[in-house]
Amino acid sequence: MCLAVPLKIINIDGNSAQAELDGIVRQIRIDFVKDIKVGDYVIVHAGFAIEKLKEEDAIENLRLIREVTDAIKSI
Amino acid sequence: MQLSQFKKPHDIEKIIDYLNTVELKVNIMEVCGTHTMAIAKSGIKSLLPTNIRLISGPGCPVCVTDSKDIDTILEICKQYKDVIIATYGDMLKVPGSRYGESLEKLRAQGAKVEIVYSALDAVELAKNNPEKNIVFLGIGFETTTPGTVLALEEAIKLGINNFFIYSMHKLVEPALRALLNEPDFDIDAFLCPGHVGAVIGEEGFEFLVKEFNKPSVICGFEAGDIIVSIYKMVEQIKNNKPQLENEYTRVVKKNGNLLIKEKVEKYLEVSDDNWRGLGNIPRSGLKLKEEYREFDAEKKFKVYLVNTEKENGCQCGEVIKGKIEPKECKLFAKVCSPENPIGPCMVSSEGACAAHYKYLNF
Ligand code: SF4
Repeated sequence: MCLAVPLKIINIDGNSAQAELDGIVRQIRIDFVKDIKVGDYVIVHAGFAIEKLKEEDAIENLRLIREVTDAIKSI
Repeated sequence: MQLSQFKKPHDIEKIIDYLNTVELKVNIMEVCGTHTMAIAKSGIKSLLPTNIRLISGPGCPVCVTDSKDIDTILEICKQYKDVIIATYGDMLKVPGSRYGESLEKLRAQGAKVEIVYSALDAVELAKNNPEKNIVFLGIGFETTTPGTVLALEEAIKLGINNFFIYSMHKLVEPALRALLNEPDFDIDAFLCPGHVGAVIGEEGFEFLVKEFNKPSVICGFEAGDIIVSIYKMVEQIKNNKPQLENEYTRVVKKNGNLLIKEKVEKYLEVSDDNWRGLGNIPRSGLKLKEEYREFDAEKKFKVYLVNTEKENGCQCGEVIKGKIEPKECKLFAKVCSPENPIGPCMVSSEGACAAHYKYLNF
């Protein structure tokens, strides 16, 4: 029940949307996230999106992880 | 988007090698059931030295639900023939305090119990069954509560009067406070649940450091996220600099999701609540506000519970508090298994006992 997964928005109809992961399409609600477009990623929890996952945020997150591994390498 | 990179970030082995040189004894509590599952599945525990321990906390909603609530739901199901219970699948097998009773058993005996994927499916059920009363079991922490609230709003909008919510929704912060105030609580750092963080924001975990001086890292759910977060906590402890770090910056923001916070506040109010293992915790649960009482299943369907509380040897309460590991329970894997769960920690796939059984032992 608690499992939340990142899904990609493929279709939007008002507060509802279709979102997909590995070809499996789910009907979700997007009431709680602003400015959603087709192609965006959202974290979906029990049928509704709780947050948007922006490309630049994911890249920045990876950079921060990289910083950690780099710090260790230089020890 | 390169989301798979979070599973195994570049050079992650270096961090694991490094952690294996650490001699410090560190007890880390993972607060969230999804973390428990991800940790078990990825085998992270076997990669860590024995002095760095990961201990499951009270983050599996099914596991912390008080057995009195389960008994009440089972009684509603038995006593009100026009009721259909609508629930997430996890609740089906949870045993009540009377031996052998669960929603699944009642369903086999003819009671109406429907599994829903989303709270809104329960509203749909109400629409399609106007002669029945639908009781939706609202369970979960900050991440599932918004779905319940959305369903309530939808029912009001559509003028549906046969939809009711039994709210067992709970808040993470008061539970952690209760744990931290237990006399022999032996946890050094907290792996904070990223998706709860998406809702309450970084600020929702600040008390862990400000008031309790515990190193805390808000963490995502891929193996790489978890290992990096463990590293961050170990470093904080080593350097004696407890702070709140956000490892899950791709999802968790400073203030969380304001749309969700507003909507939850509109419909629900904070109240005292009973937790399995932790007892009654002040201001730790969410109930429907008085003005929405006509949708409140607890007000509409009154039942009388005979005192059925019975010792069955289950130590879920201790597991939830991180005091014992599942395998320390005498019933673990001998009497209690996912096929025949004695306690809720074995029922829910996010429960520590179930995760332990599935991935660690066999
Ligand atoms: S193994 Fe079973 S009986 Fe023991 S604590 Fe876990 S759920 Fe309860």
